[in-house]
Amino acid sequence: MAAPALKILAWAVPLGLALLIAPHVVGPFQTLTLLYGLIFGIAVLGFNLLLGYTGLLSFGHSAYFGAGAYTVALMVKYFKIASMELFLAGSVLMSAVIAIVFGFVCVRYTRIFFGILTLALSQVLWSLAFKFFWVTGGTDGLRIPTPSLLGMSPGTDKMEFLAFRYYYYVLAVFVLCAIVMWVIVHSPFGKALQAIRDNETRAEFVGIRIRRYRLIAFVISGVFAGLAGALWAPLNGLATPDVLVWTFSGEIVFMAVLGGFHNFIGPIVGAVAFTYLKTYAVGLTVYWQLALGTVLVVLVLALPKGIMGLAEIVAARLRRPR
Amino acid sequence: MSLLSTQAVMKSFGDNRAVNSVDFTVRQGEVLALIGSNGAGKTTLVNLISGLYRPDSGRIDFDGRDVTSQSSYERIQAGIARSFQLVNLFDQLTCLDNVALSIFSREGKTLRLATLASRDRAVWEEALDVLRQFGLDGKAAIPAGAISHGERKLLDVAVAYALRPKLLFLDEPTSGVSTREKAPIMDIVSAIVRAGGITVVIIEHDMDIVFRYSERIVVMHQGAILADGAPDEIRRNDEVTTTLLGTHVSGEAV
Repeated sequence: MAAPALKILAWAVPLGLALLIAPHVVGPFQTLTLLYGLIFGIAVLGFNLLLGYTGLLSFGHSAYFGAGAYTVALMVKYFKIASMELFLAGSVLMSAVIAIVFGFVCVRYTRIFFGILTLALSQVLWSLAFKFFWVTGGTDGLRIPTPSLLGMSPGTDKMEFLAFRYYYYVLAVFVLCAIVMWVIVHSPFGKALQAIRDNETRAEFVGIRIRRYRLIAFVISGVFAGLAGALWAPLNGLATPDVLVWTFSGEIVFMAVLGGFHNFIGPIVGAVAFTYLKTYAVGLTVYWQLALGTVLVVLVLALPKGIMGLAEIVAARLRRPR
Repeated sequence: MSLLSTQAVMKSFGDNRAVNSVDFTVRQGEVLALIGSNGAGKTTLVNLISGLYRPDSGRIDFDGRDVTSQSSYERIQAGIARSFQLVNLFDQLTCLDNVALSIFSREGKTLRLATLASRDRAVWEEALDVLRQFGLDGKAAIPAGAISHGERKLLDVAVAYALRPKLLFLDEPTSGVSTREKAPIMDIVSAIVRAGGITVVIIEHDMDIVFRYSERIVVMHQGAILADGAPDEIRRNDEVTTTLLGTHVSGEAV
């Protein structure tokens, strides 16, 4: 059992070091892009607990991400709160409550029915944010000022704050989330989820109450997305209904497919890669959606296991000739 | 002593009485074969006992308790396990994982999400031991979806066996397996269940296997029990021979 742990350290240590020194090596623009990538990474990590490990394709994860972001915005608007820790706690609570309610309905179904239900329910939240403009600001959204971290005020230089202090703050939360998720998928519970994914009839007949397990996975998944939404809010500075709309859920699916949802770190790789891809595609052409669409088609046809699947193939080829 | 008994159990699907007032008893420690042509009601009876369907009327007692209204989950907890005619395994998980999951479930550990499964040495040792008994320890690290059909049939039984049930239903444990492989599979399975003192009900179409491996045979026909007795009695029973075995001998080549 020590061998897999060593294998993980072999790539986790250099990768961790690279992430630690990144803000000092690359410019603030690159750092912020990476920051977005890491935040989406947390959301997709949560999303993939459902897709990769439980076999459920959610098309409504914008709901939990958006709930996290709006919780921060509303805490600022109504309670004048500025503490990031309270934002995180509030978002976890809010996304958990919504995931329990939505999940309770959704886990009764699987496959396309599950996907459509998650999508429909997420659109309910979107329409609330869109219509109740006196609360949510409608399409104008709600502004989110820079928060205080661990009780320390953010200072006046916003760029410096985001590219350094906030970056390390998010990195710490990200590492924590990755470790927590790694433990969950390798726990007896994680094995049970994979069993449900592979064969729900059999899972039931070895004594696993599949709906209960799916619901727990659904809530954990939603909380990860909610936490990501809370971290995203101060970085973006504005919460708009765009983070609740179903096309954003589609982007989360895209990220998982891009990185490879059969692999634990695939979602993280996919989230970072997608963020760069989108940033550069938007910068280069007004037809950026066409460019991303092409990538998706190529991906599904040529690389169904995503970037990590490709990496595995390359690694296997390199090992063999020697 | 009877481990399981049903009293006047009925189940209809529309106008079809799939199980018609059946009194079925399984004694502690025996290996019983449940036979009958397709549509005789064998599988429906097993589904009623395992809790997949509720009977329209009648009563089911297991291990001294009335389980008629219990869910399938509660019956698994009480000690009823089953294997499947069409193999049901966790194909992407390794053979070892497949068996280990039964053990985690049996020990009530599958809701633990803050501990690594690999840390629980005792579970993995027991899982490997179960695979060894079934002659599958060489396949421990291979995904269940990548082993041969005969091995999958054995693993399917191993997954049910690892629950350490009191009563184990084997739904056609050798179906789809070549004639040459059938006896070795049944030798392994019957040696294990006898050593473990597990009461077994085998549903089987292959009459050679039924007569060779069971101690008692219950014959079903059109939703009712037609005959019940030792293999020799059943073989001599004219009614059974004409209504069932005759059609079976010819039907076996299919």
